[in-house]
Amino acid sequence: MLASLILIIILPFFLAAGLYLKSILIINENHLQDLLFSDIWKPAENKFGFAPFIISSLWVSLSAIILAVPVCLLSSIYITQYAKSSVLKLMQPVIDILAGIPSVIFGVWGVLMIVPFSVKAAGWFNIHTTGYNIFSGALVLLVMIIPFILNILIEIFRMIPEELSEASLSLGATKWETIKYILLRKAFPGIVSAFGLGLSRAFGETIAVLMVVGNVIQIPHNIFDPGYPLPALIANNYGEMLSIPKYDSALMLAALILLAVILIFNFASRLLIMRFEKYS
Amino acid sequence: MIKKAEEIFFRILMIISTVAIAAALLLIIFSILYNGLPALSWEMISQIPKGGFYFGKEGGILNAIIGSLYLSVCSTLIALLIGLPVAMYMNVFMIKHRNTLNSVRFILDILWGIPSIVYGAFGFVIMIYFGLKTSLLAGIITVSLFIIPIMVRSMDEVLKTVPSGLLESSLSLGSTKTEISFKIFLRQCIPGIVTAVLLSFGRAIGDAASVLFTTGYTDSIPESLSDPAATLPLAIFFQLSSPVEEVRQRAFASAAVLTFVILLISIAARILSARYNRNKIKF
Repeated sequence: MLASLILIIILPFFLAAGLYLKSILIINENHLQDLLFSDIWKPAENKFGFAPFIISSLWVSLSAIILAVPVCLLSSIYITQYAKSSVLKLMQPVIDILAGIPSVIFGVWGVLMIVPFSVKAAGWFNIHTTGYNIFSGALVLLVMIIPFILNILIEIFRMIPEELSEASLSLGATKWETIKYILLRKAFPGIVSAFGLGLSRAFGETIAVLMVVGNVIQIPHNIFDPGYPLPALIANNYGEMLSIPKYDSALMLAALILLAVILIFNFASRLLIMRFEKYS
Repeated sequence: MIKKAEEIFFRILMIISTVAIAAALLLIIFSILYNGLPALSWEMISQIPKGGFYFGKEGGILNAIIGSLYLSVCSTLIALLIGLPVAMYMNVFMIKHRNTLNSVRFILDILWGIPSIVYGAFGFVIMIYFGLKTSLLAGIITVSLFIIPIMVRSMDEVLKTVPSGLLESSLSLGSTKTEISFKIFLRQCIPGIVTAVLLSFGRAIGDAASVLFTTGYTDSIPESLSDPAATLPLAIFFQLSSPVEEVRQRAFASAAVLTFVILLISIAARILSARYNRNKIKF
């Protein structure tokens, strides 16, 4: 038992070490600065600039989070504060099933419904697009991270002691004022960390985004440009990985960057949540 | 008056967003089934791809269905073998060391948050290191690593709910901690543990990114651990990127199959956790 436990505990270090050992080749030969900030990606000419991929990743996941914030907040407040308990009984399976749907299914759904919608939406701004762009990626991601964030938010609103809102109500504040000034303020660290976790989930999502985001290597300038996020880069090129020198090393570096970003976000958010739990 | 209006305005928004979330789920299931069911046939799920399958000729996705089942059943078993003792250890042996226990949970949560593509890349590194080819075995190892944190953490959530009185009274009757783990806690929590296993199984069968590097893809049914294997998510992914209309139709049909499997798992898990409260000792 203890052995298995230790095995699991050191797994993250193994992950990082394994990826680092594989990517050290490219870090040694190209400057890390060039790798991270250059936008020229020509593996055959030994030029590996990750900027287009990192920026695409940021575009897709940040837009998804910005869309997710109002939806998740409003819905979780409704479920925990206003609605009867039967609504939660109804929504809990919805959230669980949505969270369990595999990402490739989300991708198929994205191709079926979101991509045509994206063409239409771009039409309103007089932009011509194939529909395979950042906007579609963000919408698909939005639906994927909603159940995840919603679950955490519901937990957090439940953890806030009842007496707080009772005190506020007895002082004459309305229900809405209590939510606005007491509940949201008290839950703020928890809310921030819920979205932090959502962001890191969005950052690492691969197949669903890959299927609708267009995969064009460029720095996107608006939301209807196609993009090429980091996970998609890794997933798309595994086949050619061994044919071009140092290509596999570059892809492992991409995985390492992904891991590092996600670990930082996760770490910060989880610490915030732990502190929140302690004080409420 | 304005205050009231503000509250009503936001309440309406709240109801809209809650309904929208439920609608999104229905929309996903409906659009997959609507597009997938017409193309679904018995031939599709009972045959392996024949010549010209990828140009719309006959054949089916049996190779992917069997491959996915092999992969996810084996890795769920491995994860269970490692995960159950760990979860027990955390809740029976480590229960007094609050801080250590919390750090372990913290690490597990973080492991849960690492995306499957990173596990896939790591699996690839291990594969190269041990000189393995893309094979069922490499896939099983990778997927096991990926679902162990999920399984341990969700079992832990169930085991956490066992009242400490049960532990104390069994200890006072002279049972060892191992006996308590596997005779008392296990019995008390079995439906919850089965739910955790089903959840991990759903993850294992539905994940594409981690098997992309490691399991490979083939048109035949794998016969040994060192054969490459096709998986359902990858079958959907590859078929959907085909320009041939019939093949795309088959991707939708395969997606319907996968959705069906996932829904089945979900419903089974739900029924089991509903029974969870019936069989356990109440305090």
